[in-house]
Amino acid sequence: MESPFDRNGLFSGLYGFFADLTPESFAWLAYLLAGVVVVFIVINGVMLLTAFETYMERRVLGRFQTRLGPNRVGPFGLLQPFADVFKLLIKEDLRPAMADRLTFFLAPVLMVAAILLVAAVVPFGPNTFLADLNIGVLFIVGIPTIATVAMFLGGWGSGNRFALLGAARAVAMLISYEVPMIVSLAGVLLLAGSMSLVDVVEAQRLPFIVLQPLGFFVFLVAASAEMNRSPFDLMEAESELTAGFHTEFSGIRFGLLQLAEFGELVIISAVLAVIFVSGWQNPFVSPDYAQWLPGQLWFLLKLVFFLLLFTWIRATLPRMRVDQVMAFAWKALFPLAIINTLVTAVLVVAWPEPEYGQLWIMAAINWAVAIACLVLFSRFLERHRERPTASVQLVEIPAEAS
Amino acid sequence: MLDDYYRQYGLVLLLMGAAFAVPLSMILFSRMAQIVRIRPNKPNEVKSDIYECGMETIGGRWVQFNFRYYLFALLFLIFDVTAIFIYPWAITLRSLGGGALLVMLAFLAILGVGWAYAWRKGAFEWR
Repeated sequence: MESPFDRNGLFSGLYGFFADLTPESFAWLAYLLAGVVVVFIVINGVMLLTAFETYMERRVLGRFQTRLGPNRVGPFGLLQPFADVFKLLIKEDLRPAMADRLTFFLAPVLMVAAILLVAAVVPFGPNTFLADLNIGVLFIVGIPTIATVAMFLGGWGSGNRFALLGAARAVAMLISYEVPMIVSLAGVLLLAGSMSLVDVVEAQRLPFIVLQPLGFFVFLVAASAEMNRSPFDLMEAESELTAGFHTEFSGIRFGLLQLAEFGELVIISAVLAVIFVSGWQNPFVSPDYAQWLPGQLWFLLKLVFFLLLFTWIRATLPRMRVDQVMAFAWKALFPLAIINTLVTAVLVVAWPEPEYGQLWIMAAINWAVAIACLVLFSRFLERHRERPTASVQLVEIPAEAS
Repeated sequence: MLDDYYRQYGLVLLLMGAAFAVPLSMILFSRMAQIVRIRPNKPNEVKSDIYECGMETIGGRWVQFNFRYYLFALLFLIFDVTAIFIYPWAITLRSLGGGALLVMLAFLAILGVGWAYAWRKGAFEWR
């Protein structure tokens, strides 16, 4: 049986380098040093991408709203995120007198840690990843849930009613969207036959977005709800709850919460790029032929594409109502994910080892099912829509009042 | 080699340590900035009160409110367990073949009855 480190070129290369430097009996030291270097690369990669994402989001959102966005600090405003972090570091850090000290302290730390931890299993390129766990996909859907716990800790611990309500809403919504998100990945697992993300990428002779349009749609929507992105950002609905669970956080703690939010966006984009658009592989050329660009660059391009997509969605769609959001997860997304799983399962049983042509037939069937399901479900839900029960009393305005 | 699998978890553990160290060090750095008086720290009674749009807080800090989503929590428990069944099934279906598909269909049919019941009872509505 081959060792999982055989595929991890980055780590084994570093391990070999440090093993030459250290004496024979200190193999653990070489392991530790190589691990520290890879961890350093991974964490810095995620943090820098997060900084870049905050800058890009503000610039692109500015374009969408016909304004400029930050353009003063450095060339094109490129240093804006660093200026923000520095400003937050030297801001006064208030803790409300009523707050619960431990949970208030723990919430931002736990949130950032959970988000950074997910990066452990994401392959950033061929032979470039920290660990190739054989439960990678489970790791990806499981670990960000810790951030939900942190969110509730923060909302409860700050001793503010708005924060508490915002956190309660957040938890209700996040656990609702957790279920379709998990089930939507089952189709990918059926096709790949493995939970390791490296295997998932290598199984994609066609990108899974072509084979799994419904799964992609459900995962995209559920993931954008999971990270409180725009159509689902009602736990921080400014007009109702001031700022939701992070009302009371200031200074660097607030910065950490923002870091966690945007970091989750980066991580989810990376996961989308890996699972649905074949990660580091060139989507236009079969992996057997010469590639135009290094795999890491392809991965980065796909990641940035998804960041742009999320920004676009944020700029376009208005916020949903809280009752709509709940009903949408359970009535629409969950059955769609189940249908997707079943259709894919039937196709996999029919063609256990599909040829290239059969893959295209699978894709055609899946697209037909996806479009039919989306149309039928939207019609059905439109007809059985729950309308708000509060009624509006019309008041006659006297004519002379105007 | 089984040993190498554990070594991978060692790397994940290393990343976990770093992931906790990053936010903690940022808070620590900010704290140190306070000690050398770069960062201000002058709390007073108004500042350390909680934010309620300018009103003074009336009553205790934690209020009772209608805990509407215990139903969602129950549903989550039920349907999240499905994931634990679906994931191993999804990985091994290729070698298990059609029989496993029928079994999963039966399981999902039972689950579907429960889902339809929950819909009918209005458990999916946020009231």
